[in-house]
Amino acid sequence: MPTIKSIDDLKRAREEALEKRRVKTASGGTKVVVAMGTCGIAAGARDTMKAVLKVIEEDNLSGITVAQTGCLGMCEREPIVQVTVGEQPTVTYGKVTPDVAERIMRDHVKSGNVVSDHVIPTGPTE
Amino acid sequence: MVRELSLHLLDIVENSIAAGANQIEINVSVDQAADRLRMQVCDNGKGMDEEMVARIGDPFCTTRTTRKVGLGIPLLKAAAEACNGWLKVESKAGEGTCLTVEFQNSHIDRMPLGDLPATLMSLIVANPDVRFLVNCRHDEQRFCFDTEPLRRELDGISWSEPEVLTYLRESICAGLAGANLVDADR
Repeated sequence: MPTIKSIDDLKRAREEALEKRRVKTASGGTKVVVAMGTCGIAAGARDTMKAVLKVIEEDNLSGITVAQTGCLGMCEREPIVQVTVGEQPTVTYGKVTPDVAERIMRDHVKSGNVVSDHVIPTGPTE
Repeated sequence: MVRELSLHLLDIVENSIAAGANQIEINVSVDQAADRLRMQVCDNGKGMDEEMVARIGDPFCTTRTTRKVGLGIPLLKAAAEACNGWLKVESKAGEGTCLTVEFQNSHIDRMPLGDLPATLMSLIVANPDVRFLVNCRHDEQRFCFDTEPLRRELDGISWSEPEVLTYLRESICAGLAGANLVDADR
């Protein structure tokens, strides 16, 4: 019966992650939240999540919390992703296809530049 | 449009998470001799009373407040029934819910299983406080794992660290391939 890779493999992965955490400068955490309600899933949120995780792996991005939430009540704008970098205000993105997710991860999460063409404006009128 | 069973599975598990479950068992099995494909999700969430369970197939029945329709389960139920299958929900308020759905495996209208590794990765990484017990079976070939001993081993390191993601992705892909439950499942 195939099983999960050995615990020793996981221990090695943990040690490598821990080492990177030690050398990483304290810049505050980054949180990426993907909306995973039925509407989000139907619109492609799983592939969006897959793209987020792919960039973390490929670009070796450490210290990022990936989370999910349910329907945010903006079904027509799904897939929706929210990004919070350190103490900065949360940015909500809509129509986040896998390509857009990769841009968000590389431009915003990695380099600090908001991907303005997919931002959902938030505020008292929204 | 939900075109894969693994997307329906993701949606069902999202219901468990929304119900506050911190332990979720996911079973996926294919029995070629009996020509059946079954998916089952059991959780220890807040559960539902009998009245709510009776209305579970009603698309205008939902507990959410952001919109007034709940399409996930009705669509899955319709998809199963179109393939000589069925969907059943057992639940007890305060104890949890178990949803089982079954299809005729060879039915021409049965959706493909799809990207099951991506569904499992999404769930595990984005819900680090939930214990997932995964049991996938294709006839006699099985792939089973429990996230709890892995989480303990990580000891505070996040599932979303790149090295851990690689470990998880490779483990799940190899395990499901070994159990003959990858995308080419028909």
